[in-house]
Amino acid sequence: MGYNSIVCVKQVPDTKQITGQAMKSDGTVNRAALPAIFNPEDLNALESALEARDRHGGTVTVLTMGLPSACDVLRDALCRGADHAVLVTDRRCAASDTLATSYILSCAVRKLNADVVFCGRQAIDGDTAQVGPQLAEKLGYTLVTYLEDFEFEGRTVRVRRNIGNGYEVVRSQLPALFTVVESANKPRPQALRKALKFKKALSPLEVNKIVTEQLPDADDNTKRSEAANRCQALAKQGLLITQWDLDDLEADLTWCGVTGSPTKVNRIQSIVLAGGDYKEFPPTDAGINQLIYELVEDHTIG
Amino acid sequence: MANFFTDNDDIQFLFNHMNLALVAKLREEDFSHAKTFDHAPANAAEAIDNYRHILSVIGEIAGERVAPTAGETDEVGNKLNADGSVTYAPGIAEAVRLFGQADAMGFTLPYRFGGLNGPHLLYSMSNDIVSRADASLMNLYGLQGIAETINAFATEEIKQEYLPRMASGEWTGAMVLTEPDAGSDLQAVKVRAFQDPDGQWRVRGVKRFITNGCGEVLLVLARTEPDIADGRGLSCLLVERGPRVKVRRLENKLGIHGSPTCELFFDDAPAKLIGERRRGLITYVMSLMNGARIGIASQSLGIGEAAFRVARDYANSRKQFNTAIDNFPAVRDLLVEMSLDLQAARALTYYASYCVDLETGYGTRLKAADLAADEQKSVRNNERRYKSFNKTLTPMAKYYGSEMSMRVANSSMAVLGGSGYMKDYAVERHLRDSRITTIYEGTSQLQVVAAIAGVMGGQTAEIVADILGERTWSPELQPLTAKINDGLNILAEAVAFVKAHNAANAYRDLYARKLVDIATDLVIAALFCDHATASDKKLAVARRWLNERIPRLHMLKEQIYSGDTSTLDDFETLVGPLPKAE
Repeated sequence: MGYNSIVCVKQVPDTKQITGQAMKSDGTVNRAALPAIFNPEDLNALESALEARDRHGGTVTVLTMGLPSACDVLRDALCRGADHAVLVTDRRCAASDTLATSYILSCAVRKLNADVVFCGRQAIDGDTAQVGPQLAEKLGYTLVTYLEDFEFEGRTVRVRRNIGNGYEVVRSQLPALFTVVESANKPRPQALRKALKFKKALSPLEVNKIVTEQLPDADDNTKRSEAANRCQALAKQGLLITQWDLDDLEADLTWCGVTGSPTKVNRIQSIVLAGGDYKEFPPTDAGINQLIYELVEDHTIG
Repeated sequence: MANFFTDNDDIQFLFNHMNLALVAKLREEDFSHAKTFDHAPANAAEAIDNYRHILSVIGEIAGERVAPTAGETDEVGNKLNADGSVTYAPGIAEAVRLFGQADAMGFTLPYRFGGLNGPHLLYSMSNDIVSRADASLMNLYGLQGIAETINAFATEEIKQEYLPRMASGEWTGAMVLTEPDAGSDLQAVKVRAFQDPDGQWRVRGVKRFITNGCGEVLLVLARTEPDIADGRGLSCLLVERGPRVKVRRLENKLGIHGSPTCELFFDDAPAKLIGERRRGLITYVMSLMNGARIGIASQSLGIGEAAFRVARDYANSRKQFNTAIDNFPAVRDLLVEMSLDLQAARALTYYASYCVDLETGYGTRLKAADLAADEQKSVRNNERRYKSFNKTLTPMAKYYGSEMSMRVANSSMAVLGGSGYMKDYAVERHLRDSRITTIYEGTSQLQVVAAIAGVMGGQTAEIVADILGERTWSPELQPLTAKINDGLNILAEAVAFVKAHNAANAYRDLYARKLVDIATDLVIAALFCDHATASDKKLAVARRWLNERIPRLHMLKEQIYSGDTSTLDDFETLVGPLPKAE
């Protein structure tokens, strides 16, 4: 028997590429200065879901909440083998913290219906690791964090969890939500025959944007009908990314966006590392003493 | 994320500059496949976008997944097990699995067998990228010509049976040609193929130095006509790995340790005939070999690229006499020569691959049902022209490219000095890996033999004219193209001198290498001038190339004009007596 999986993914700024322009003067992330990538552990989550499908059958649906540009990660997931992709996008989602995000995602998961939800352990931009657990709570699914390996047995699943200094094996009933760590697997590459097809997948908002660019002088009605035709053609080929807004999700707006986000940022400190490149100490007793002295002196150790 | 396609400016330049639209139109048969396959492109722009996507995925696998394992693969190599099976180095096994998952193992195969229908030019680019990550992996990834040979010459039944599994990477292949007494001279092949009383073909005998001989699909060159002693008695047979095929030994080699080199014993192994009898060497293996030669040229590019990058980086960070060593003219000279050598080989190999695409593309077009009568003549002319170009360009690219990889790896070690000699840097691996490229799929000396006919026939001028075309050159480029014309005159004079020699054939063989060197330099110069129309960097490259090479042309011509035949006449005196056995 197969299992229907949902994989929650996020497009994040590539924090490995941090340069001087990575942070604005107020200490917030300058997203424009960083390339946007597939959150690394979400790729591990996707791989786990694809492995589950390889072994048992079923389907894999990728879900993201974000701007229309987040479709890049959805397309990537389709190229790697996901069956469906869903974009939740709505201006009213803006400024959602983890609580609001997990609420909105829970509405989408309910609409989709799943045996298992796979999330990456955490995203490299916020590093909170909260969305997965909060989502499980809202769905009433059993939460299993730090998944490294898993084996389905009917309506239960045995999971090996990485607990830092070792691992433990737990058994859970389905439905369940897993957060997946990097050591779980190595994500598969895009399968090119799929990729050459699905790289053309678009969401309705992207179609609108393209139509507006290509027909700058057309009136709104013409644009609208042209976009509708194109979406229909894409849907026929299985290339239309499902796009939902908060109304589609029948979400309670008080739980979304700014109003649904109790997190208040008190203060952000912009720490600029003032040190030079490196300092060399000679490999002698005196040199080592000097090194230890300096490390104690600036409170790095001791 | 390391990506060996997107981070390589030279490949990017050539990808954007070369006429991929024409290649795609021919390869995709006017984009007719889009009707049947939803991943086939519907127009040239889409095809080029597909090509970029394909190389990006391969570049990512190469950079992220393969390159980090290359050192370990070199160290552990492959293992021959007691039961005769071979275990690949972990990095190689994983890479083959990944490229299979990525649908990249059917790179040039038709869509209907699960392939990508990629053109040869793109395949060469991918071999360049893969070999930079691990040269030895190319010996598996780059063996796709075997599937292509099956596709070109086998029956539909055999194609259906083997090609989908080769495209998925489940099965890999080997070209099984060499024997202890048949290396360069394949006409001497002794392995026998015969039909048993039931009509089943069987293969008997020993093959040696077989790259990936442990693969599942073995294309064996064997003698089906015992009464015909030369190449016309040989046929091509497909043998599937089984109990009657034994890997007797894995060679212990200088380099490319990830590539298993097998000695095979065929114990009346059941076989299937590919194509027609007696055409094994003359038609099928020659076709397979030409593709493989371009493959080795591309492998050489990857090795050269990897070696150059280590040297460029090291020279910039290594400080001596209170300054980075790349501030010294002697080191700069090494780096500039390496970079130009590499760019030259890439320009030539990609152009040779492009010409293969035009030859095969026009060949396919010629057979198309909708070919109009007025189009037929020009298509046929194009096919013939590029076919004849390729007879020269393929061995030329293999010869120049492989020699380049040795020179560049050697210079890279010169830049690193003592550090390069140690195992701490990858340069010593690149140097070891490079050495095979001038040997297998025909030694450099044999490539010269293959290329010399075209050079003597005046083909260099035709190829140069094809590259330069009819156009008005900018004031910067005009003097450079004038120099190429001077060079073509020098070559024509040298050829005329050789033809007029009283022992013309022997004299040609003696000076073949020098003649081919002149021709190669001029073809590369023409390519650089063409590239210079689109890039200031390439203008500097073209200028430097001609400044270096024109004086060498004069020198080579003078040597050819010398009439010196001491190599033949005074051989014993010059090399001295045979060393006594110790």
